[in-house]
Amino acid sequence: MEILSLLGNGFLVAFQPLNLALVILGCALGLFIGAMPGLGSVNGVAILLPMTFIVPPTGAIIFLAAIYYGAMYGGAISSIMLGIPGASTAVATTFDGRPLALQGLADRALITAAAASFIGGTISIVLFTGFAPPLAAVALAFGSAEEFALMILAFATFVGLGGDDIPKTLFSIFIGLVLSAVGLDIISGQPRLIFGDIPGFYHGINFLVLAIGIYGIGEILWTIESSGGDVNVSQATLTFRRLIEGFRGMKETIKGTLMGSFLGYFVGILPAAGATPGSLMAYGVAKTMSKDPDSFGKGNIEGVAAPEAANNAASTGSMLPMLTLGIPGSPTTAILLGGMVIWGLEPGPLLFVEHAEFVWGLIASLYIANLFSVLLNISFIPLFIWVLKLPFTILAPIIFILCVIGGYAPTQDLHDVWLMFIFGVVGYLMRKLDYPMAPAVLAIVLGPLAEPAMRQSLIISNGSPMIFFERPIAGSIMVVAIVLLLLPLFKVIKGALSKPASGSQA
Amino acid sequence: MKTLFRSAMYTILGVLVMAFGSLVAPQDAGAWEPRKPVDFVIMAGKGGGADKMARLMQTIIEKHKLSTKPFIPINKPGGSGAESLIHLKNASGVNKDHTVMVTLNSFYTTPLRQPGLGVDISTFTPVGRMAEDTFLLWVHKDSGITNVDQFVKAAKAKGNNWIMAGTGKGQEDQLLTSFLNAAYGLNMKYVPFKGGGRVAKELAGKHADSTVNNPSEQLGFYQAGTTRPIAAFTPDRMELFPDAPTFQELGQKGIPVYFMQRSVVGAPGMSKGAQKYYQKVFSKVYKTSEWQDYMKKKSLRGAFLTGKKLKKYWAVEKDIHQKMLKDIGEI
Repeated sequence: MEILSLLGNGFLVAFQPLNLALVILGCALGLFIGAMPGLGSVNGVAILLPMTFIVPPTGAIIFLAAIYYGAMYGGAISSIMLGIPGASTAVATTFDGRPLALQGLADRALITAAAASFIGGTISIVLFTGFAPPLAAVALAFGSAEEFALMILAFATFVGLGGDDIPKTLFSIFIGLVLSAVGLDIISGQPRLIFGDIPGFYHGINFLVLAIGIYGIGEILWTIESSGGDVNVSQATLTFRRLIEGFRGMKETIKGTLMGSFLGYFVGILPAAGATPGSLMAYGVAKTMSKDPDSFGKGNIEGVAAPEAANNAASTGSMLPMLTLGIPGSPTTAILLGGMVIWGLEPGPLLFVEHAEFVWGLIASLYIANLFSVLLNISFIPLFIWVLKLPFTILAPIIFILCVIGGYAPTQDLHDVWLMFIFGVVGYLMRKLDYPMAPAVLAIVLGPLAEPAMRQSLIISNGSPMIFFERPIAGSIMVVAIVLLLLPLFKVIKGALSKPASGSQA
Repeated sequence: MKTLFRSAMYTILGVLVMAFGSLVAPQDAGAWEPRKPVDFVIMAGKGGGADKMARLMQTIIEKHKLSTKPFIPINKPGGSGAESLIHLKNASGVNKDHTVMVTLNSFYTTPLRQPGLGVDISTFTPVGRMAEDTFLLWVHKDSGITNVDQFVKAAKAKGNNWIMAGTGKGQEDQLLTSFLNAAYGLNMKYVPFKGGGRVAKELAGKHADSTVNNPSEQLGFYQAGTTRPIAAFTPDRMELFPDAPTFQELGQKGIPVYFMQRSVVGAPGMSKGAQKYYQKVFSKVYKTSEWQDYMKKKSLRGAFLTGKKLKKYWAVEKDIHQKMLKDIGEI
């Protein structure tokens, strides 16, 4: 009951005219920032942080949180429409969102993304409201061994991602891992794989460069080839009836949406992970759970719902370690944390007691931001559909320019733009040879998290890998991961035993 | 509402400027002014002490309109700051005058440990020393340890399994760990993590046995009673932690008084005009009430240094670090 009265007070704060206006403005800006490739919530919040000094701290964090939230919705838009991930958190949405749009089902994908985001957001805020302190304890219990176990679990869910061709999936994962190792090593401080001494490699390979290259540039090449120079128009349409049907269709995806919401929230509260790994993992689990895993990557609506629910849930989740522990759960919350310091608020366990108005005002504003984002998003869908109807000859140069901006913006280094082009061409060729690309993207996201976690654990254990099994949390996650990893192997062995005559032509 | 609308318009403008890079405007004659947003490189990860401080400086600059162009923070923590040093060293053309960096003591140690980087810090442009941060020895309150004697006894019993978490290899935290090991005959194991915030969490979550965090990184946990400082690396006791004696007070001669510089440095070869401009901006930042409050609250000390004085300070500190690194066998 105490929580409800605190939340009630929070709503009183959030409904103050200034704060309400900030929420709406923040959602709209966030939607735009999220939809612009390369301008994710991290850049958006960082750019706007100094603007917040004109309002009181509560208003300031409400504004920034609304941007963060709006960006989670916005990221899906360019992923689905253009095939370029609008933000790092929306990469997984590209996997199935783009194929759906190409099949003329963009409206369905956009509606599903909005609705799943709303559900994921709502579930996570309710969890946040009810169980912040015990969940903070969970976040604290996660050390490097647990973190590594979780990363292995994420990889395990993805081994099934490449259809039945496991060797090609593994190849793709390893390419991603090698790319993620480029740059300066955190533990030893030595540069690795910098190809002689190319300074652009010192900061590593930003995974957006890989994702935009493969999905943006690769997509353009692919479409040019498949259309054979014809000026084709996407047959996207939207009528009121289709809108309603889209919402009715949510029933099919509710399982994936719920799973994505809880998984995303949980991954979000762990320090250092954040919404990008959360949404990728949700995609992998959705595929593993699905009755029809082969349709993933070819336009399965569940492949849109699960990651979209997860990235919204994770964005709320990552505020929890920020507020209670002073540890950012994602790059964006790291900047919000900087903001709190500027406003003179000390994050930590006492924040909920000493600055209840601030904390509960923020939580209440998340409910409002969630509602406004979904309304804004749905009301813009007709506009997005109209853009999609532009002929490819007009759309392609726009996509190309957005790709270049998206590749340049995160690090502001032209080196990355060239790299993006190379990835685009290589990605296109790999796609022609039927290599799955999603596992490579996953590997470059999780590699930089998994590697230091593994090495820290091994330093602690004097090199004994038993540390991953002896600790209760790490051990149980590890066992699940290994079972998942071996599952396809069993399938292969079973397949080979049942028809030994067919030989090995693969 | 009007201010809000205006700030929204500025925002959109800012976003566009970010996205489309630098459309360089013609420069007026007279004093040097930045012609594009300034790269504000942070030599450490997000959420650590240096990061929070950099974002505070950025906000103060915006709030008091100390610069005509915004400062855009970019974290480059890779390789104990080697990534940032290289970035500054390689700044060329117009970027030479538009790149400044928030730095710490890895400014000395990283080039010393990695001569291959080819970084000579005496070529970097001095902008301003904003403060000196302090260090304390921290333990979890559940360990029951309240003083250095108990700490030494517990750490000795655990030997190599006593885990000291710190930020990066060969950095401040590892130097202090080595001094503690040498002075008390301990064999603590040093495990590097990314950023002081993360290190603080490792202690609060009991994944590490001790840390040598700055006050700002542990303050949240300290106030909640989760962690406890048992000794300070300062010359005298800190106002904020009256119960933590200094190592000097304990008569431990083997452990030096040690500070972390919080300085701003410009790219090598920066023009005189630009140098003057940034020195002025940051000396104004130092004087604002926001900065002074922050220093007090986080137990920071030190006067503003710039120009030749700052260069001399660097030269002295570099020699000290060279000796320290040699003593512990890192170089």
